[in-house]
Amino acid sequence: MANVEPQSQPASQKSAAAPVSYRRREMQRALRSMVASRWALVGMIILTAAAFIAIFGPLLSPMDPNRQNIMMRLLPPMAEGPRGATFWLGSDHLGRDVLSRLLYGARVSLLVGMAAIVVGGSIGTLLGLISGYFGGWIDDVIMRLGDIQLAFPFILLAIMFLVVLGPGLVNIILVLGIGQWITYARIVRAQTLSLREKEYVEAARAMGDGLFSILFRTILPNIVAPLTVIASFNVASVILSEAALSFLGLGVPPTVPTWGSMLSESRDHLLSNKWWLAVFPGLAIVLTVLAFNIIGDWLRDFLDPRLKERS
Amino acid sequence: MWTFLVRRLLQSAIVIIGVTMISFISLQIGGDPTYLFVSENASAEEIQRAREALGFDAPLHIQYLRYIWDALHGDFGNSLSYRQPAMGVVLDAMPATIELTVFSLVLAIALSIPLGVYSALKRGTPIDGGIMTFAMLGQSIPNFWMGIMMIMYFGLYLGWFPISGHVPVLEPLLEGDFSTAIGNIPQSIYYMTMPAIAVGSYTLARNARLVRSSMLEVLQQDFVRTARSKGIRDWQVITHHALRNAWLPVVTMIGLEFGFLLGGVVVVETVFSYPGIGRLVFNAINQRDIPVVQASVILLAMIFIVLNLVVDLIYSRLDPRVKL
Repeated sequence: MANVEPQSQPASQKSAAAPVSYRRREMQRALRSMVASRWALVGMIILTAAAFIAIFGPLLSPMDPNRQNIMMRLLPPMAEGPRGATFWLGSDHLGRDVLSRLLYGARVSLLVGMAAIVVGGSIGTLLGLISGYFGGWIDDVIMRLGDIQLAFPFILLAIMFLVVLGPGLVNIILVLGIGQWITYARIVRAQTLSLREKEYVEAARAMGDGLFSILFRTILPNIVAPLTVIASFNVASVILSEAALSFLGLGVPPTVPTWGSMLSESRDHLLSNKWWLAVFPGLAIVLTVLAFNIIGDWLRDFLDPRLKERS
Repeated sequence: MWTFLVRRLLQSAIVIIGVTMISFISLQIGGDPTYLFVSENASAEEIQRAREALGFDAPLHIQYLRYIWDALHGDFGNSLSYRQPAMGVVLDAMPATIELTVFSLVLAIALSIPLGVYSALKRGTPIDGGIMTFAMLGQSIPNFWMGIMMIMYFGLYLGWFPISGHVPVLEPLLEGDFSTAIGNIPQSIYYMTMPAIAVGSYTLARNARLVRSSMLEVLQQDFVRTARSKGIRDWQVITHHALRNAWLPVVTMIGLEFGFLLGGVVVVETVFSYPGIGRLVFNAINQRDIPVVQASVILLAMIFIVLNLVVDLIYSRLDPRVKL
């Protein structure tokens, strides 16, 4: 994020010329812009908090998220728990602490969100680079494959594969990740198409740089900006998809608490007005997704000032 | 025009073959698919018999051709829980899902265009800020959670809307019973209001933002300035000159949007116990009724492909600048 400027000059050369001061200056510019646009700052704070919870959740959570306590089922928030502890956000139908499950759930949401982006982003970037650089039939094949995939409403595709593969952390990351590749492939391809004709790419080729070096050292650094923006929005939509799949019972195994599966369980207690079971996990999802969307908006404006006019 | 049509149809055909291939692969990817169709404590002979009966002992390419052949005849095997042809079960649930999807699409578009236009005209004011904040929220709230919240507040607490159920319109219509169909419309809308809002909120939010930004762009263009300088009234400039151009991106999105809505419907239907494909898929997932899941997914994908084709054609009529 630090070493990208609007595309007039190749970033790789720029950062090579003055690496430290340039990066620092860009970081400062980013920080100032973030503070100035207040919303972005709020988004960043939420994300930092979410990341902190995801990493240190087990240390923060007051109880074991899977510990059942039949005597203390469905207690409202602030109720007294076992041995003087408090159910700050209430307890669920098995007497488990909602707050602890919420804190543990952050891990799954963020992990799945990030990992799926890494999987989808890597595949998509690689195929997009190849597609745009070589063109011809390779390009045709890759892009038609993408068209086929886009012909499925994504969540249906995910459902179909997960029903057969069975639920599980790795499966859900793979399915959600592979579901995203075409988004990245398309944008990388479009950028590569125009970049491959640029003089500095020509120059790299003339100097005898290998294919790997041209694709990953010369072209890729100049595509990082749009990729970052897409990735940010993409994390948001992947987290939503993960929650939906967990809600349908296709997420990670039931021993691992997730926000989606907590909502799924809450449905049985709607009629008896156990609102805390549904409200808190939902809020957690909304805040996280909102933060990623806000940051995506801000990144888009920050990295491509031409777009700011319009939005 | 004709070359475009033929090329586009060919493209769709390739995509449809791809869809069948993916769904075929999805069956095979978890290993021997026979185990998906037999009970957990089946004996080795039972499994072998099932394998032969289902044709999973044949080489893969033969299996695929058979699969395509059956699919062409609408045969996706028998539902494991209903003991009927899977496609029939899915088709029975289809009208309810189409009603809900169409209603939420109409709702989302009918609201997003005025909101987006208004927001663009009031650019930079608190009203604009308010609408855009809501749009941002709408894009961040999971549709099923919104459904649950609405059930709790508007359904159970205030008692304004029913929390489940469905009054059919399309079904009597298909049977030729027009008076029942028309008589059912008000009740049907009443039952669909909450699910439709839950399904459509994301689309509403995204389209409002899309309309706003495309409106802002159009408003800066020369022909709008010319129209204004000629003294044409503001609202006329907006409806006749600006909006006509600004809503083109929305039309392109509608095709994709429909597919997205179908995906959302699957999840939201479960929340409202709405008797459509979504609930069917949900139950099928829990009973591991693979034929029903496959038939549903393929049917929805087909609808999606055809719709996108239609939208492309409409788009080319709306915007003469689009070269065919």
